[in-house]
Amino acid sequence: MYPAAFAYSAPETLDEALATLSQEGESARVLAGGQSLIPMMKLRLASPAHLVDINNISGLDHINSANGYLRIGALVRHNDIVNSADIAAHNGAIASAAPWVADPLVRNRGTLCGSVAHCDPEGDWNSVMLAVRAEVVAQSAAGERVIPIDDFVVDFFTNSLEPGEIVTEVRIPKYTGKGGGAYLKLERKIGDYATVAVATQLQLGDDGKISEAGVALTAVNNKNTRATAAEQALVGQEPSDELFKEAGALAARAAEPESNVRGTAEWKRNVVSVYTRRGLEASLAQARA
Amino acid sequence: MQINVTLNGASLSSDVEARQLLVDYIRGTGATGTHIGCDTTSCGACTVLIDGTPMKSCTMFAVQANGKSITTVEGLKQNGELHQIQASFKEKHGLQCGFCTPGMMLTSAALLEQNPEPSEDDIRWAISGNICRCTGYVNIVKAVQHAGEEMRKS
Ligand SMILES: Cc1cc2nc3c(=O)[nH]c(=O)nc-3n(C[C@H](O)[C@H](O)[C@H](O)COP(=O)(O)OP(=O)(O)OC[C@H]3O[C@@H](n4cnc5c(N)ncnc54)[C@H](O)[C@@H]3O)c2cc1C
Ligand code: FES
Ligand code: FES
Repeated sequence: MYPAAFAYSAPETLDEALATLSQEGESARVLAGGQSLIPMMKLRLASPAHLVDINNISGLDHINSANGYLRIGALVRHNDIVNSADIAAHNGAIASAAPWVADPLVRNRGTLCGSVAHCDPEGDWNSVMLAVRAEVVAQSAAGERVIPIDDFVVDFFTNSLEPGEIVTEVRIPKYTGKGGGAYLKLERKIGDYATVAVATQLQLGDDGKISEAGVALTAVNNKNTRATAAEQALVGQEPSDELFKEAGALAARAAEPESNVRGTAEWKRNVVSVYTRRGLEASLAQARA
Repeated sequence: MQINVTLNGASLSSDVEARQLLVDYIRGTGATGTHIGCDTTSCGACTVLIDGTPMKSCTMFAVQANGKSITTVEGLKQNGELHQIQASFKEKHGLQCGFCTPGMMLTSAALLEQNPEPSEDDIRWAISGNICRCTGYVNIVKAVQHAGEEMRKS
């Protein structure tokens, strides 16, 4: 299978890439890991006239924790996250999601930022990014913009980037004090997209009560979705089995899954409820550890 | 577009169309051990090592390999001697039809580079992007374990 013909450039600096993108406008597409874009081009679901390959740009493969943020650059591959001690130490939700994204070969090439930009409602990373309240840093020839993840994920395969913008990194608040997170994913076979998955993040105050909570859902709506009512029910409360059960029930209400080969809508909603509760339990255990 | 790659140790300079897939470029050089199974990024039959890392060559363009070193199954054998992973697949009957075998061996060789003493779980996890329709994986796992043991001896 072959994509439609396209012009290709592989600039070595971000400035060059931004200049090409601003020249070519909507007809140009960024190529990162290519693990979603190339299959789509081969199926002719996408036929960009110009591909700007960012793989040769240096300075985009950073994982660092400077200035209160954990920063993950545009060329950080899924597998770099699996292997990052920095991430394992700072963020349980991201660390636990990484090994479950795609298969080992795809993880060697695909990027977190590419996945965030792709906005596939069955993709894992945007749920994690919602739960940990990430921000997306986008550059264009005109300058830099920081976009909260809630504003970035617009709809089914739709983000809020303007033509000419490149995601250079995502940044995640570096949680200090007692906190924890988890990502629980149900898949039919290893390497598959989620049937249902839930990302959770909890912070505890000095009084032991929940001071911040993140709950977000994969593959049960037309985009990765924050379970706002569940989060609100958690904040300010003492953690308990009852509370987590209630949060699970509220999260299930935020899901509007479709019945398909992976299962019925009713069953998926049930999985959301159970996985939310278990994810919160795992997050709490980590926070107290 | 002009590209320069190292394929199994040999320098190649070629003129390719931007949309040419890496797997077709490789096969076009005569190295047809790299197979096309699904052509949709799902099976791993097209796995090659790019600077030592296993990737699906049906999901990269040849232009993206510019400046890189590519290893295919043909590059495993050195100085007329089978690579240990090849010898072990033979010894432990780690294949039936052989269609998945080149990708399976390259992924396994890369695993053993990083982790010379993998557990069965490590092996199964590492090859989970390479699908085999014949063997049921049992002998593949044995072959990788055997290769690890032999490589640790030498
Ligand atoms: C077999 C298989 C299984 C998979 N399973 C999963 C799974 O279980 N969970 C999961 O989450 N994903 C899965 N994926 C998708 C995979 O995670 C991709 O790597 C990811 O969706 C896209 O990242 P990429 O770097 O490959 O992006 P690309 O394919 O290069 O790009 C994807 C889109 O994002 C845009 N883009 C990329 N980077 C940027 C940037 N820096 N700035 C602006 N726009 C950008 C591109 O223009 C394109 O529109 C799977 C893929 C395959 C082939
Ligand atoms: S042919 Fe490339 S993954 Fe199947
Ligand atoms: S031996 Fe036939 S596919 Fe693996």
